[in-house]
Amino acid sequence: MKPFTYERARSPADAAAAGRMPNAKFIAGGTNLLDLMKLQIETPSHLIDVNGLGFDKIEPASDGGLRVGSLVRNTDLAADERVRRDYGVLSRALLAGASGQLRNMATTAGNLLQRTRCPYFYDTNMPCNKRRPGSGCAAIGGVSRQLAVIGASDACIATHPSDMAVAMRALDATVETVRSDGSQRSIAIADFHRLPGDAPHVDTTLEAGELITAVNLPKPLGGKHIYRKVRDRASYAFALVSVAAIVQPDGTGRVAVGGVAHKPWRVEPAEAELPRGPRAVTARLLEGARPTADNAFKIPLVERTIAAVLAEARA
Amino acid sequence: MPHAIPDAAAQNPASLSLVANVSLNINGAVHRLALDPRTTLLDTLREHLHLTGSKKGCDHGQCGACTVIVEGRRINSCLTLAVMHEGDRVTTIEGLGTPDNLHPMQAAFVKHDGYQCGYCTPGQICSAVAVLDEIKAGIPSHATADLTTAPAATTDEIRERMSGNICRCGAYSNIREAITEVAGGKV
Repeated sequence: MKPFTYERARSPADAAAAGRMPNAKFIAGGTNLLDLMKLQIETPSHLIDVNGLGFDKIEPASDGGLRVGSLVRNTDLAADERVRRDYGVLSRALLAGASGQLRNMATTAGNLLQRTRCPYFYDTNMPCNKRRPGSGCAAIGGVSRQLAVIGASDACIATHPSDMAVAMRALDATVETVRSDGSQRSIAIADFHRLPGDAPHVDTTLEAGELITAVNLPKPLGGKHIYRKVRDRASYAFALVSVAAIVQPDGTGRVAVGGVAHKPWRVEPAEAELPRGPRAVTARLLEGARPTADNAFKIPLVERTIAAVLAEARA
Repeated sequence: MPHAIPDAAAQNPASLSLVANVSLNINGAVHRLALDPRTTLLDTLREHLHLTGSKKGCDHGQCGACTVIVEGRRINSCLTLAVMHEGDRVTTIEGLGTPDNLHPMQAAFVKHDGYQCGYCTPGQICSAVAVLDEIKAGIPSHATADLTTAPAATTDEIRERMSGNICRCGAYSNIREAITEVAGGKV
């Protein structure tokens, strides 16, 4: 690890002010950031520990939804009685991710901000536009079995690794933040993660020094909540493909897909195809997909996973 | 509102200290340490306090050999900085039992031969102890069929919950039997 200075933020204003420092990073759970710092993929010169800021509560919101503090650990969010009852897709997605040890540390905000697990992003001997802008993309033409089939660019075909974020996209959560000037804003989860375009090193629409304070879940949507993750091992592996679905008794619903793009992938018009079945949904959802030879299997896999999810919803 | 970082420091991060103080309660004993902030909890235990029971396997949170219990919860000690744990209570394998007075989980691992080389064992045992507490606390897992009912220490639950602890010797079935016995189930 490169040397860095360290401070414990005492208030959101402290944290926001410190976030103005050049090359500063917030640290909460640290499970992804420290991993990347050991590999010198992340090299902050100052760490701002935000664990003491008190954003660790899950509270009812005035609109009937839930306000999830950014520091709520993945274990606690998955185990919360209200989340298990009203947002089952979110509990399931969280429990499908990482290991028990990691979920005990990882936070809600940190999960959203985790970086891709593209093998070329991790291999510092390889070019990677996300790690080193302008250096090229070794994944294109490389081993790309895990990587994106849609929404990618000529600069980057990385995927977003989160399960939780896929469920939050199906729920249409919103991300609450405080900027380094102290002002607050709310970002729809759909607008939070970026597609790579020609700036794959920028994962999200957060500004420099902007701190996530909470994630708001909408009023319970009812319906059947299902999260189905397909992976190379039965546990403790990233998704090849995952499907988060909320299906209503009349067959309408919401479908978001993980493991296929630089962000949780949801196309609302595809959901209108639900009565016509998984093939029709997938055709619209993955319209314009450009898979590689290695990952073309993901397209039929998405269709089959949606089929399995819809069958489970009907059962 | 006063800021933790004065503007001068904001312009010159080098004026901030590269040593940080932290106080940790390890297995009941309080240790006050001045550390390079880069020091992980694992390196603090092993290199500074010479508690070498916790093992460094991958050092990236993938193998679970470094698992310790912090404030009652199992974590990967390699993926957390010691300075992030001011005042925290840490339990390592050395704090669970002694050779003369084994923790029931340690005794069960011996009885069921839940290891071969033994390198992953301290992490396995710390994880297993916490797993049974998690089940008791009603925390669900990927293997829990119904999210609205309390989980039980079934084979499927134990397998899923222990997936963050790798055993390269492949003692998994014996490890699962040891945990099942401590949980009070039929092995």
